[in-house]
Amino acid sequence: MSLWPLLGIAVLVIGFAAGINPLAVIVLTALTTGIAAGLSPLHIISALGKAYNDSRYVSIIWLVLPVIGLLEREGLQERARVLIARVRAATVGRVLIAYMLLRQITTALGLTSLCGQAQTVRPLIAPMAEAAAEVKLGGISERVRYLIRAYAASADNVGAFFGEDIFIAVSSILLIKGFLQQSGFDIPPLRLSLWAIPTAVMAFAIHGVRLWRLDMRLERLAREKSP
Amino acid sequence: MFAAIAVRSVRDRANRKRFGNAAFWGLLALSFLFGSKLGDFANGILVIALMALGAGAMGLGSPKTTSVAEREERAKAKGNAVFVPALFIPVIAIAGTLTLGRVTIGGVPLADPKQVTLIALALGIIVALIAALLRFRPPALAPVEEGRRLCDAIGWAIILPQMLAALGAVFAISGVGGAVGRIATTWLPLGHPAAAVAAYCIGMALFTMVMGNAFAAFPVMTAAIGVPLIVHRFGGDPAIMGAVGMLSGFCGTLATPMAANYNIVPAALLELPDRNGVIWAQIPTAVPLLLCNTVLMYILVFRF
Repeated sequence: MSLWPLLGIAVLVIGFAAGINPLAVIVLTALTTGIAAGLSPLHIISALGKAYNDSRYVSIIWLVLPVIGLLEREGLQERARVLIARVRAATVGRVLIAYMLLRQITTALGLTSLCGQAQTVRPLIAPMAEAAAEVKLGGISERVRYLIRAYAASADNVGAFFGEDIFIAVSSILLIKGFLQQSGFDIPPLRLSLWAIPTAVMAFAIHGVRLWRLDMRLERLAREKSP
Repeated sequence: MFAAIAVRSVRDRANRKRFGNAAFWGLLALSFLFGSKLGDFANGILVIALMALGAGAMGLGSPKTTSVAEREERAKAKGNAVFVPALFIPVIAIAGTLTLGRVTIGGVPLADPKQVTLIALALGIIVALIAALLRFRPPALAPVEEGRRLCDAIGWAIILPQMLAALGAVFAISGVGGAVGRIATTWLPLGHPAAAVAAYCIGMALFTMVMGNAFAAFPVMTAAIGVPLIVHRFGGDPAIMGAVGMLSGFCGTLATPMAANYNIVPAALLELPDRNGVIWAQIPTAVPLLLCNTVLMYILVFRF
């Protein structure tokens, strides 16, 4: 087997690092990799087209955009802010830790599509976290607002990634089971799920501490702004 | 939906690049409606056209929406009713996932069992949309305009997950996985159990960062290092190796723009100026978690 196809990975890393539009980087990488592996450009374009078409189902989630847009037009984000402003104990860190815990528990029960970046973070969680910061710290700068939003998205990802493997019927568990079976080990999915728990606890602890410290960082940023 | 957005985009004179937007959303509509009828090569050309448009020819449209003041007023007037349609989506998605797979008509399943979750999600979204239209009675074009507002905000990133899946397919037929596995086994000193565990966990994370997907990395790394070294040579437990190894890959997912669904799309959805903003928030979690995971595997895998 030749090592030349790895040239594509170099193109990929350099392209992303140089800040070229990712779509262009991907097409260039695909061409480089394919040609290095001895495929004809026509063959590569066909393979790209076929796989792109076959994976259209991942884009179903975009159907949600008109609904979210419509609700935002009717004041969804503003209402989420009003609600959170009433809860005195709410801080950015606490709101996001609570959400991460909810996300991790629900995905561990197999309810992966209960929450998500489009369904909950954009319309509800990010506005709630921003509102908590506004109530606690007074006005917040654009930079701080973007920082809070990025952490809201990260809470969803960490919760989902390290919760879903505790559920036995999730695709990653089935992949592990299938692959180990091919290699001659017959392992019940429940054992795989159980051994996912220690990492899940550590993920919650590490990201939880970081979210908790985010509160202190935001307070420090606010103090620096208005001495 | 994308076709309607394309039509409204052509008419949006406030956007200097309105034809670019219209062409992009129009091609996307074509792909969703007729993608299976076009040949593979035609689809490939479509992908390249989308790439060219997405990379340089799109701007922000100015769809009709409500102002912040209007929204605050409506939020006060309507109270928590605004949450109701949003809650329909998860409730129906879950109910559908649990029931749709079992419904059969004349022995034929109503929904493809593999796609049940997605079909249920789409159903929940449609019900929520109808509920929102009935409850708030917005102007007829409002769903399209609001959809366009969010689609323009996301822009080209909307097709990134599909593009990355396509790249994964090209990687697969070009034998990239095998090449990475060969480098890992020939160049790394793997004579000690700790070295093998470290190479496996860190390799999973790095390879996942490149591929954007732990599922692509798992078979390669497990076949190259996991099974022959950790299990066979050093006598580790395959269940612990598999479970913790996969989660090491997820640490890589937290840190790569290749995992567009999780990292780039949310940045676009939240209108962050820095597309990598979410990744920067996650790397300081991913690195210590990967180290803990490696230590955890070393402690557990040879003990059970």
